[in-house]
Amino acid sequence: MQNDSFIEFKHVSFGYGDRLILQDISLKIGRGQLVAIMGGSGSGKTTLLRLIAGQIRAQQGQVLVDGRDVGRMNQRELYQHRRRMGMLFQFGALFTDLSVFDNVAFPIREHTSLSTEMVRDLVLMKLHAVGLRGTESLMPAELSGGMARRIALARAIALDPQIMLYDEPFTGLDPISLATIALLIKKLSDALGTSAVMVTHDVHKSLEIVDYVYFIAGGKIAAAGTPDEVRASDSPWVHQFVHGEADGPVHFAYPAQQSLAGSFGLEGA
Amino acid sequence: MMLDTLFAPLRKLGHSTINAIWKLGVMSRFLLSILTHSGQSLLRFQLTIREVYFAGVLSLIIIVVSGLFVGMVLGLQGYNTLSRFGSADALGALVALSLLRELGPVLAALLFASRSGSAMTAEIGLMKATEQLEAMSVMAVDPVARVVAPRFWAGVISMPILAALFNVMGIFGGYLVGVVMIGLDEGTFWSQMQNNVDLHFDVVNGLIKSLFFGIAVTLIAVFEGFDATPTAAGVSSATTRTVVTSALVILALDFVLTAFMF
Repeated sequence: MQNDSFIEFKHVSFGYGDRLILQDISLKIGRGQLVAIMGGSGSGKTTLLRLIAGQIRAQQGQVLVDGRDVGRMNQRELYQHRRRMGMLFQFGALFTDLSVFDNVAFPIREHTSLSTEMVRDLVLMKLHAVGLRGTESLMPAELSGGMARRIALARAIALDPQIMLYDEPFTGLDPISLATIALLIKKLSDALGTSAVMVTHDVHKSLEIVDYVYFIAGGKIAAAGTPDEVRASDSPWVHQFVHGEADGPVHFAYPAQQSLAGSFGLEGA
Repeated sequence: MMLDTLFAPLRKLGHSTINAIWKLGVMSRFLLSILTHSGQSLLRFQLTIREVYFAGVLSLIIIVVSGLFVGMVLGLQGYNTLSRFGSADALGALVALSLLRELGPVLAALLFASRSGSAMTAEIGLMKATEQLEAMSVMAVDPVARVVAPRFWAGVISMPILAALFNVMGIFGGYLVGVVMIGLDEGTFWSQMQNNVDLHFDVVNGLIKSLFFGIAVTLIAVFEGFDATPTAAGVSSATTRTVVTSALVILALDFVLTAFMF
């Protein structure tokens, strides 16, 4: 698709022990693009994010970010790479012993030597961007799930990252919070010009905001396209996923060793 | 088949021995990693001071109260025994020596392990379970440097101070029972103590013991937290392991240190 790719997977394979999670994955994410990775639970979507963040290394192939192979970075280079990156975790992962203000200030204090006033201004700006400037003195335990996710988003963008990674940002949110987070992700991606990868299985909300979609199934890319192409796709797999059908190319039942009759001891009866 | 059943317990024993040695190796590497990542805890000392508050200051109540009661019991038991031999005057020396050499460092360490060690394990384990450590690492902040090392140093700093306070309170408890309650001569009580307690041999050696206990307990606590399975059951069993292992290590280490020191 894009020529100017910022993140690129080249024939990447990864597995735990004998179990292969990703097989020969190749994909590109352009500068300033918001791309969704969709697939069922356990399809290896989050593994993709962990490969980009350098938390795990590809067993085969390369993960290139701005032309540099993440898998070959040493600890120091990896930390430099991560300073340009923001990540929103599935349930926010806010530091429970720090206030909202200190949570958002955390990356700024750790990586810069700005004055107290400057840190304060920056934190309030980020909190304002997610619409929660009034919550600065609250503790994470006092926040609702949707608010915690927005604070985590403010923390993730604290240092104006070039890459944003979203791990299931819509999970467990009510419709209003979900719409708010989706709107924020879109607005922030446009405003900051970040290249963003969003792992999700919320099809409809994602298709409204992303520029491109990759579907992953069985560790491989099953389909890809712009939201319009996905909606118009005649692939049975995409159709099943987009319409949330219980059975189709992805089977309802987990394959069993024995037949059903065998499990109940009725074989040959 | 028969042979298999026969050797099963032996195999299990071998397996758990190998596991224990393996864990010891991992723990040693973890200690090395804490030491090499300690720059931040020393340069940004307020991080360590904050943990000293949680590990040390908040343990004051339990240390002070336990120390007082242990000293009072020592006073009662000591008086009972010593008076049989007509040497009740030596009560001050008995209370001070028992506390400074053994009871102070050991009991303070046991209390510290159950109060602060378990809290450290639970906190770090929960931070792991709720992806906080991972979030930190993704923000290019090393969790060993930012979370583990300050707690480790806080434990190492707090332990000897808590043991010293335990001793002071214990001696005061012994004084309350011996002098105020039973009515021994105050001058004899203190002068016996002064004559029999050596600063280097008794006081300093006792504090060196508690320094070793501090290192051992805090290392076990932070390691178990960092190594915990990131689930509710995993954190709970890691916390239990911290208390049990710490208690055993304190008592074993006490024997070894006593054998070398006294």
